Amino acid sequence: MDQATQELILRNLWPMLRATIFATIPLTAVSFVLGLVLALLVALARISRIKPLSLLARAYVSVIRGTPLLVQLFIVFYALPQFDIVIDPFPAAVIAFSLNVGGYAAEVIRAAILAVPRGQWEAAQTIGMNYRTTLRRVILPQAARTAVPPLSNTLISLVKDTSLASTILVTELLRVAQLAAAPTFDFFALYGVAAIYYWVICVILSFFQGRLETRLGRYVLR
Amino acid sequence: MSELASESVQQPDLLTVRDVHKAFGDNEVLKGISFDVPAGSVTAVIGPSGSGKTTVLRTLNALDQADAGVITIADVTVDFGAAPDRGLLKRFRAQSGMVFQSHNLFPHMKVLQNVLEGPVLVQRRPKAEAREEALALLAQVGLAEKADQYPYQLSGGQQQRVGIARALALRPKLMLFDEPTSALDPELVGEVLQVMKDLAQEGWTMVVVTHEIRFAQQVADQVLFIDGGVVLESGPPAQVLTEPQEARTRQFLHRILDPI
Repeated sequence: MDQATQELILRNLWPMLRATIFATIPLTAVSFVLGLVLALLVALARISRIKPLSLLARAYVSVIRGTPLLVQLFIVFYALPQFDIVIDPFPAAVIAFSLNVGGYAAEVIRAAILAVPRGQWEAAQTIGMNYRTTLRRVILPQAARTAVPPLSNTLISLVKDTSLASTILVTELLRVAQLAAAPTFDFFALYGVAAIYYWVICVILSFFQGRLETRLGRYVLR
Repeated sequence: MSELASESVQQPDLLTVRDVHKAFGDNEVLKGISFDVPAGSVTAVIGPSGSGKTTVLRTLNALDQADAGVITIADVTVDFGAAPDRGLLKRFRAQSGMVFQSHNLFPHMKVLQNVLEGPVLVQRRPKAEAREEALALLAQVGLAEKADQYPYQLSGGQQQRVGIARALALRPKLMLFDEPTSALDPELVGEVLQVMKDLAQEGWTMVVVTHEIRFAQQVADQVLFIDGGVVLESGPPAQVLTEPQEARTRQFLHRILDPI
C-alpha cells in the first residue's frame, strides 16, 4: 500500500466513523424500532379473526416482500415528489426501511405468537385476563424467545441495507466512502474500511443477541 | 336429580346446568346436558374419551361457549342461546377456577408470580395482601419453599399443585378440574389427589373430570357418567360406580378397572 493510500485512509477514518455514528446507526435504530412496532400490529392483524384486517395485513406483507428494497426506497424518495410529497433523504430512508422491516418482522412475530401453546391463552382467559393483558404478560414474553434469533437476522440485514440509502443522498457510511474515494479512484481502500465498519457493528449486535437469548431462555430447561 | 336434591335439602345448588348443547362444526359434542351441583359438594365426571366430558367442563368456564342451554353458577345465570354479552361472560368466568390436564402454568414466571398474576393484574388486589395470600395458598398445597422457582424446576405433580393454587387465588366459588392427574407419572398422582381431597373437606364445590375411579368413590358426592354427549347415568358413587344401571356404564367401568 503506497503512502498516499495510507494517508487517504487515515484522513477518512474519522469522517466515516462520524457517518456511522450519526447516520448509519440512527437510521438503523429508528427504522428497526418503528418497523418492530409496525410488525407487531401487522402480525396481530394477520392473526385476527376480522377478515378484512387479516387480508390487509397479508397484502401488505406480500407487497413488501415481493418488491426490492431499492425500489421501495426510490418510490418514497424519487416517485412521491411527483404527487407533491417531498421528503428529505433521511426521513425518506427511515420510512422505507421501517415499512420494509415491518413486512419481514411481521411474519417472524406472527410465527412466534402462534408457537406459544394454545393452553397459555386458555390459562390467561380462565384467570380473567383480557386480550391486551394476555398479550403483554403471557404471550409476547414467550414469543420473544422464539423471535429473537430471526429478528436479529432482520436487524443485521438492516444495518447493511442502510448502505442503500447512499443512493438517495443520505450521507451515511457508504456514501462518505464513495465521496472520499471518487477523486483518486481509490475505491478498494475506502470500501474496505466501510466493509470493516459494517462488520464490526454486526459483530457487536451478534454479541448482544447471544446475551439476550440467554436472558430470555432462563426459564427453559436445557 | 330429584333424589339428590332431597338428600341435601339444606344445601342449595351452586351450579345448575340445563340442556347445554355444543357442536364443533358438524360434530355435535354435547346433546343436551343437564345436572345440578349442590354447594360444598364434589361431582366426578367420568366417561370414555370423546364422550364430551371435557367439553362439559369447558362450557362451565366458557372456554368453549355452549351453543344453547342455561348455566347458573351462584348468582350468575347465562343463557347461551341468547348471545350473552362480554360483561356477563366475564362475570360468569370469574365464578370458577380451572385446573388443566397439562397445568398450563406460565413458564416465564416464577411460581409465586404465577399465583399472583390473577389477583394482582385482573382483580387489582393490593400487592402485599395478595402476596401473603398466595404464599399461604402455596403452603396449603405444600409448595411454600418453591415460590421462587420456575415451573420447569418442579415435578409434574408440583406443577399441577401450583396450577391448583393459581386457580384458588382468584377466590372462585366453583373449582373445575380437567383430568388433573392424567398427564402425571403414576407415583405423582397421589399428591395431587390429596390436595383435591383436602379442598373437598374444606367445603369447596368441585367438578372433576377424572379417570381416577377410586378418587371418585372416596371423595365424590355425585358421579356423572357421560357418553355420546348426554348424561347417561348419575347418582351417588355407591350407585353409579358399584351398581351401574346402564350397560354402557358397566362396560366402561369394566374397561377402566380391568383393562387387560
